[in-house]
Amino acid sequence: MSDLFNSSLRELSAALAAKKVSAVELASLFLDRIDRLNPGLNAFIALDRDKTLAQARAADEVRKIGAGVTAISPLCGIPLAHKDIFCTKGWRTSCGSKILENFVSPYDAHVVEKLAAAGMVTLGKLNMDEFAMGSSNETSYFGPVQNPWDVSRVPGGSSGGSAAAIAARLAPAATGTDTGGSIRQPAALCGLTGLKPTYGAVSRYGMIAFASSLDQAGPMAKSAEDCALLLNAMAGFDPRDSTSLERSTEDYARDLEQPLAGLRIGLPKEFFGEGMDADVRAAVEAALAEYRKLGATAIEVALPNSGLSVPAYYVIAPAEASSNLSRFDGVRYGYRAPEYDDLNDMYSKSRAQGFGAEVKRRILIGTYVLSHGYYDAYYLKAQKIRRLIAADFVEAFKHCDVIMGPTSPSVAFAFGAKSADPVQMYLSDIYTISTNLAGLPGMSLPCGFGNNNMPVGLQIIGNWFGEAKMLNVAHQYQKATDWHLRMPSLAGAAQ
Amino acid sequence: MSLNLEDVARIALLSRIELSPAERASTRDQLNGILGFIEQLQAVDTTGIEPMAHAVDVVQRLRPDVVTETDRRADFQAVAPETEAGLYLVPRVVE
Repeated sequence: MSDLFNSSLRELSAALAAKKVSAVELASLFLDRIDRLNPGLNAFIALDRDKTLAQARAADEVRKIGAGVTAISPLCGIPLAHKDIFCTKGWRTSCGSKILENFVSPYDAHVVEKLAAAGMVTLGKLNMDEFAMGSSNETSYFGPVQNPWDVSRVPGGSSGGSAAAIAARLAPAATGTDTGGSIRQPAALCGLTGLKPTYGAVSRYGMIAFASSLDQAGPMAKSAEDCALLLNAMAGFDPRDSTSLERSTEDYARDLEQPLAGLRIGLPKEFFGEGMDADVRAAVEAALAEYRKLGATAIEVALPNSGLSVPAYYVIAPAEASSNLSRFDGVRYGYRAPEYDDLNDMYSKSRAQGFGAEVKRRILIGTYVLSHGYYDAYYLKAQKIRRLIAADFVEAFKHCDVIMGPTSPSVAFAFGAKSADPVQMYLSDIYTISTNLAGLPGMSLPCGFGNNNMPVGLQIIGNWFGEAKMLNVAHQYQKATDWHLRMPSLAGAAQ
Repeated sequence: MSLNLEDVARIALLSRIELSPAERASTRDQLNGILGFIEQLQAVDTTGIEPMAHAVDVVQRLRPDVVTETDRRADFQAVAPETEAGLYLVPRVVE
């Protein structure tokens, strides 16, 4: 039983079905690990043992007496943790911000609701960059998260708590969100597998909004197979999200075992130029060699406008954020300044005291680019460039089945290395942002180790609705390699 | 185009984020750094390109005009900073 902390979701599901372990025992195993290891990592920012165990007991009951008219989900009784951007009923939901420090959500996000309905057990809420604005988890009001592979380094962001928790084996899986790379980049920096679905595949209801035309929730876990099982439970139409897509239900695990012979991999020349560290390049090229052994062929494709994706993103995302975050006014929920003169002063002081520096910067930039006289020059211009970026992908996918490249230009960096210069931090998402602008699905999976023995991530970009294909491509690689099974020594030493 | 201190004060007012005079200078420098970075967009020829508002082209869905939510005022007001008799309290706005 004690080795279950490192098991795949399928193994956990089988152990639960065979009554080798109960959901309560499994939840306790992970809660005990969290007690021991979280103080050194700061991945979890809300825990409630009673709530977790109550949910676990309910899952055990379902496994015992059946789920009624529906079949028991394979995920029933498996624990996971939620990024603190997801509203979770009865749990403090802070989004990593002081402004929501005391917000206990009165309702569940769609994703939380669906995973709970499958019988998954919530271990707690995970640290993140404030309002998902950051690439290193250094902007959280609750302090940075440490990378379990080297606690002097960042775990990536914004889903840094999710990544650190899984890497340290404090949770077998977690939810994340990805607006510009926030699932894929921390997955890469912590040696995990993470998937950002096609925009609209997973409901945004109850997910605290950052940039609504880009935000998308997805699974983070140890393997592609685990991600497929989780995505099956997370995706689906939800009328409460106006951009949720009405598509028939699909089994994202259906193609996992398909052989890769004949697979055409597109390699954008823009992703393999200057800017990528040599250690990252070596690991990515070794992965491509492995894919050739599996029968794939690689061809060069062009994404000529991808260099514009970071600047276009830093117009569009702050613009949408400035609008979304106007709801934090100290009236209906959240922090209110203790002293103020009048209503406007109350707004201005509450927001000045409640938001951190990066969030304020983005609200200010967003307000400016949307303000009278500048809208056409910035926001409309960026939206036109977004069209050019998406059109590049349409053209590229005429010649290939998936696109590959690095997830991040470097391995995990040290705390403080990029926090002084916002633009340097923004450039850590240079390879991930274009997929969000285009609405495409993307993944990161571990493909080796770089400098200082830190994990390197391989990015796979799929065509629109190509999740099953991407997962197939990732799973076949993971059957041939064992990078995804490596774990940081602190996780193994905690037994 | 670069921002001066008055611009920063105006943007902060529009954003309803109080900035002390001391914060204004450093904010100006950071915002100008970001604006300098996004300035490269201006050099791109986008003549005849349709702006792309959303990642997936979907039509706004309509739903029947029926009540679907139950009254949860007490739950929602429980998380508000200040309420009284079912109302949200704010400083007086009308004398």
